[in-house]
Amino acid sequence: MSEPKKTPAAGGRASTKKELPEHFKAYKHVWVFVEQERGQVHPVSWELLGAGRKLADKLGVELAAVVLGAEGETVRHAVAESFCYGADLAYVVADPVLTDYRNEAYTAAMTTLVNTYKPEILLLGATTLGRDLAGAVATTLLTGLTADSTELDVDADGSLAATRPTFGGSLLCTIYTLNYRPQMATVRPRVMSMPERVEKPVGKVIEHPLGVVEADIVTKVLNFIPDRDSSKSNLAYADVVVAGGMGLGSPENFQLVRQLALTIGAEYGCSRPLVQKGWVTSDRQIGQTGKTIRPRLYIAAGISGAIQHRVGVEGADLIVAINTDKNAPIFDFAHVGLITDAVRFLPALTEAFKKRLSAHSTDKLAS
Amino acid sequence: MHIVVCIKQVPDSAQIRVHPVTNTIMRQGVPTIINPYDLFALEEAMRLRDKFGGEVTVLTMGPPSAEDSLRKALTFGVDRAVLLTDRFFAGSDTLATSFALATAISKIGETWGKPDIVFTGKQTIDGDTAQVGPGIAKRLGLMQVTYVAKVAEYDGEERTVTLERRAEGGTQVLKSSLPCLIAMLEGTNEIRRGTMADALRGARAEIVKWSAKDAGVEDLTKCGLKGSPTIVKRVFAPSPRAEKAQMIEVPEGASLADALIDDIFKRQPNLEPDLTALARGF
Ligand SMILES: Cc1cc2nc3c(=O)[nH]c(=O)nc-3n(C[C@H](O)[C@H](O)[C@H](O)COP(=O)(O)OP(=O)(O)OC[C@H]3O[C@@H](n4cnc5c(N)ncnc54)[C@H](O)[C@@H]3O)c2cc1C
Repeated sequence: MSEPKKTPAAGGRASTKKELPEHFKAYKHVWVFVEQERGQVHPVSWELLGAGRKLADKLGVELAAVVLGAEGETVRHAVAESFCYGADLAYVVADPVLTDYRNEAYTAAMTTLVNTYKPEILLLGATTLGRDLAGAVATTLLTGLTADSTELDVDADGSLAATRPTFGGSLLCTIYTLNYRPQMATVRPRVMSMPERVEKPVGKVIEHPLGVVEADIVTKVLNFIPDRDSSKSNLAYADVVVAGGMGLGSPENFQLVRQLALTIGAEYGCSRPLVQKGWVTSDRQIGQTGKTIRPRLYIAAGISGAIQHRVGVEGADLIVAINTDKNAPIFDFAHVGLITDAVRFLPALTEAFKKRLSAHSTDKLAS
Repeated sequence: MHIVVCIKQVPDSAQIRVHPVTNTIMRQGVPTIINPYDLFALEEAMRLRDKFGGEVTVLTMGPPSAEDSLRKALTFGVDRAVLLTDRFFAGSDTLATSFALATAISKIGETWGKPDIVFTGKQTIDGDTAQVGPGIAKRLGLMQVTYVAKVAEYDGEERTVTLERRAEGGTQVLKSSLPCLIAMLEGTNEIRRGTMADALRGARAEIVKWSAKDAGVEDLTKCGLKGSPTIVKRVFAPSPRAEKAQMIEVPEGASLADALIDDIFKRQPNLEPDLTALARGF
């Protein structure tokens, strides 16, 4: 009764022949939910358009962006940008009821669109909003949903194959939704790479009415309290990340990580035990149950490299690991390793970077 | 008030081992625990009950051994425990699971009074999907609020709740109506130890055991493998990276820090000008 299921049971079912019921055969095209709130499109939407483009090309179908929100500049901008990130067309439900995210209204908008225009694949970001919406939409439509996929592909007969980590990342499994439509999946931010933005004119836009009025919606938003700037981290999208783990030994020593990060303009992060101990806030946790990162440079100090941590950092271009134990699992996937005491080494590295970067800039200025 | 809390018994995944040949989870000897995320839901439910009066019923679907988790919940101080167990439920995905739980919650409502709130944890540690809560809400027509950090107000007369919900970039303060489903965020409270009296009562209390039929499931094709639109086609271990990390060697007379920086900039040439620009305050 676990989800996903055990292999032996699944094996039997997987071998059953695929017979898509007649009424699902009309379902075509790939849709991506373009998530926007308070004037901002979540970048995971563009990452999904990139992934969706590949699926649509393989299937020989169209890629559509789905934009929901209050009529206005934000929706117009989201639609226009969707075309630059690869969409062939956009479905738009613009209504003041959709100003703030509320499950009832968004579920109504999405299910109406799906029932009317019938996509075969529907992708959403695995954000707080996307996960809340996806679960409700899948149940309403009585279809399958694969959460937190890390790989999407279509197989020879056109079915979506969504691969996701399971059991805390110790295994991967590939999940299909064979006899139901649409095939739904969510993907965490930064798991897919950002596609290149290509300037394009706005293409075909299909507007659809919401069909629900404010009086129908029970839940009211009383207030929105934005996170304080100081606690806002851009960890998932940072170019350079420095992180510390239990090897640092104390919350005071974690300051060494923050100092290095500050010096080189990086974001700082940590492994899970530091959050559990209350040394670092949870929005800084990297890994399976924290953030996925894809920086150009990742420096991990005193982190053993457990599988749950590894899955969150594997997309980094360059991984540097600092650890006293030459057998630490992090050296199995880091590109560069240093076997040394991080507590002593980090201040030296910070100083060396300071010198290097400032020396470099004066060189340049002088020339 | 009547609150139902849905919990799941999960393998303690810190101790999970994968069979090197068959790639299946070796469950034997792996201890099980209450899904850690569910503890926040349990505690929030008991706090509300302590403040406003009423009962907390805890519900789980699982094998007969899931009784252990219910027993544990009883020692924390919940009032009643229901185990939904039947071979027809085996192989359920999130849709089939939410169908089974929703049906059982209806039955709980008929038997002990309609619940005002159904709680779940944010997600489980073995499945990680966060889909069962929304699934239950939709099946039962409950207002759905996930990632809830705090139940700020509860008004049994007016039938409303005010909730603080974690959203992207901030906290949403929502007013919704009862009955509702709340998926609690982690780190929002700390599970109580339970009093001596709770422990004694919990150890003796009877656990209600329902089969699919007992719970009122009429259509067995909506359960288990049959009722699951998703299928797991392949389970495999993550592939190891071909090469191990290259260890930095310190050249004569240079420091380890400088050697590392040289190596980083050699591998990522564009980083040097970019970091320099940052350091200069651009
Ligand atoms: C369901 C589940 C989800 C999880 N999700 C996450 C997650 O999202 N993110 C995450 O990070 N973890 C996660 N974990 C925890 C994970 O399994 C590991 O326990 C955790 O990543 C270990 O953290 P660590 O490397 O900091 O500590 P440890 O494993 O204790 O490693 C400390 C390392 O520091 C080294 N060291 C010691 N002293 C020094 C020194 N002076 N200088 C340099 N190195 C030193 C040691 O050799 C060791 O390798 C999860 C676990 C479970 C069960």
